[in-house]
Amino acid sequence: MADVIKCATRDAYGAALKDLGCRDDILVLDADLAKATKTITFKKEFPEKFIDCGIAEGNMMGIAAGLASTGYTVFASSFAMFAAGRAFEQVRNSIAYPKLNVKIGATHAGISVGEDGASHQCCEDIALMRSVPNMVIINPADDIEAKQAVFAAAEHDGPVYMRFGRLAVPRINAEDYKFELGKGVELKDGKDVTIVATGLMVNEALIAAETLKAEGIDARVINIHTIKPIDRDILVKAAKETGVIVTAEEHSVIGGLGGAVAEVLAEEYPVPVVRLGVEDTFGKSGPALELLKIYGLDAENIVLKAKKAVELKNKLAK
Amino acid sequence: MEENKKLELKKLAVNVRKGVIEGTFNAKSGHPGGSLSIADIVTYLYFSKMNVDPAKPDDENRDRFVLSKGHTAPALYAALAHKGFFPVDLIKTLRKPDSILQGHPSMRYTPGVDMSTGSLGQGISVACGMALAGKLKGKDYKVYTILGDGEIEEGQVWEAAMFAGNRKLDNLVAVVDYNNLQIDGSLDEVNSPYPIKEKFEAFNWNVIEINGHCFCDIEDAFNKADECKGKPTCIVAKTVKGKGVSFMEDKCDWHGSAPNAEQYEIAMTELDKAMAELEV
Repeated sequence: MADVIKCATRDAYGAALKDLGCRDDILVLDADLAKATKTITFKKEFPEKFIDCGIAEGNMMGIAAGLASTGYTVFASSFAMFAAGRAFEQVRNSIAYPKLNVKIGATHAGISVGEDGASHQCCEDIALMRSVPNMVIINPADDIEAKQAVFAAAEHDGPVYMRFGRLAVPRINAEDYKFELGKGVELKDGKDVTIVATGLMVNEALIAAETLKAEGIDARVINIHTIKPIDRDILVKAAKETGVIVTAEEHSVIGGLGGAVAEVLAEEYPVPVVRLGVEDTFGKSGPALELLKIYGLDAENIVLKAKKAVELKNKLAK
Repeated sequence: MEENKKLELKKLAVNVRKGVIEGTFNAKSGHPGGSLSIADIVTYLYFSKMNVDPAKPDDENRDRFVLSKGHTAPALYAALAHKGFFPVDLIKTLRKPDSILQGHPSMRYTPGVDMSTGSLGQGISVACGMALAGKLKGKDYKVYTILGDGEIEEGQVWEAAMFAGNRKLDNLVAVVDYNNLQIDGSLDEVNSPYPIKEKFEAFNWNVIEINGHCFCDIEDAFNKADECKGKPTCIVAKTVKGKGVSFMEDKCDWHGSAPNAEQYEIAMTELDKAMAELEV
């Protein structure tokens, strides 16, 4: 078996920006984090189209809005904590309300930030951004998907929030993968339970499905890369055909993928939804891979949730 | 400034003030005090300074205006209406559900509004972005923004001021509407941002202090801003909140409350009288 390629989605962000740099309308903004967000990859090629706004994220979002109002497609980059958290209201009022072409590249999302600890481990960003009208949210699973997501964001008319990680994660998509904004991807068919995952949890979901198979549970795996607008059809179909859903995300169990899936199914086809994510708690310092285990964000815990989900389904069927 | 031009601007400013009263009275809400204090500056910008054309509200070469103190939209709307961006009659629809005139400016509702604002401190950042775009594209348009003096208590204003000074955005002019009143009282009672001039100078801005109700002062300041190269300009305009309506002048209670029917009649009578005196 060939070695699995590992790459952080933030690296793919930088690479994709560089590819977009030849477009006249593209500008990239950062708030003194170019080396970490990987916008430095763009800056090296296109220094005249890179604007460092310094450590002032709220102002950066306003600058991005002003630039976008004159026809530019602007990528504004910072850590998820500051892009969605600190600058929330600037994103809402100066970007989303006037529906300007600003693409927010939010890196260092989730627990996998690692040693920096809770102050920098943003597990609330999807919840925040999901509540803002006009906002599209993409949380890619690997570098292939991340790069294509950036291109799709550049084509989309309006604001987009792109969520990237610091940690190098296994590549699960082929080079010829085609990203479609708003469309979930069924990675594995199954009839007993559906695991709906996003971001780095998609790979864990695939591993979990293998374990479940060995234990006689046939799990479907769906990658939801676009959290808003969410693919309602693929979720309802999965609910009808498998009768129970497990969600898995590197984000708070409140307001993220789990919340979005539960909202759709509660209204359209109610089945049990068992959520796996960061429980209502702050993170802490440590190596990323250890932290993911500590907070239960791995295949092992998806398996446990899936078994619980199947039990719940059977109990309700009686 | 020629007397005829000054007279014309004064008449237009009375119409803008009447629009402020008309709009807030019909809406039974809104912010007349600060709208009246910026009426002369907004009038000058739209009728003497800015390159804008109601027939081409999205012209990429137009000058831009960002009302950072978005709550004073009634003054902006009145100026836009009299400039011809939409019928003057619509002023009466201010803040109504089907109106193109939102409580705070929205570029998606109102022709001529260049940026949606209302949350204080955000407009100046957007104005910086527009000014930077002008530099990057090699356009010679200018960007004007008006801030409240209370608004500059917002930290984001100084993030933007730092950015504009550092980037030498000499195509940007920020006016501070210095009427010394905010909702909870006078500025120095609430949280003094004084001295304003020295603060902007420290952020590498060209600062000009004027009487914000004197058209000669206003014209002189904007002309000096045009001449200043390598720095953004801040015009600190001393104004009177509620200017032009006697019972509203210098009263912070008129920050965010609308005139009732009786007050509306008194205000309109005063403004009609002011107009009649100009027309003699």
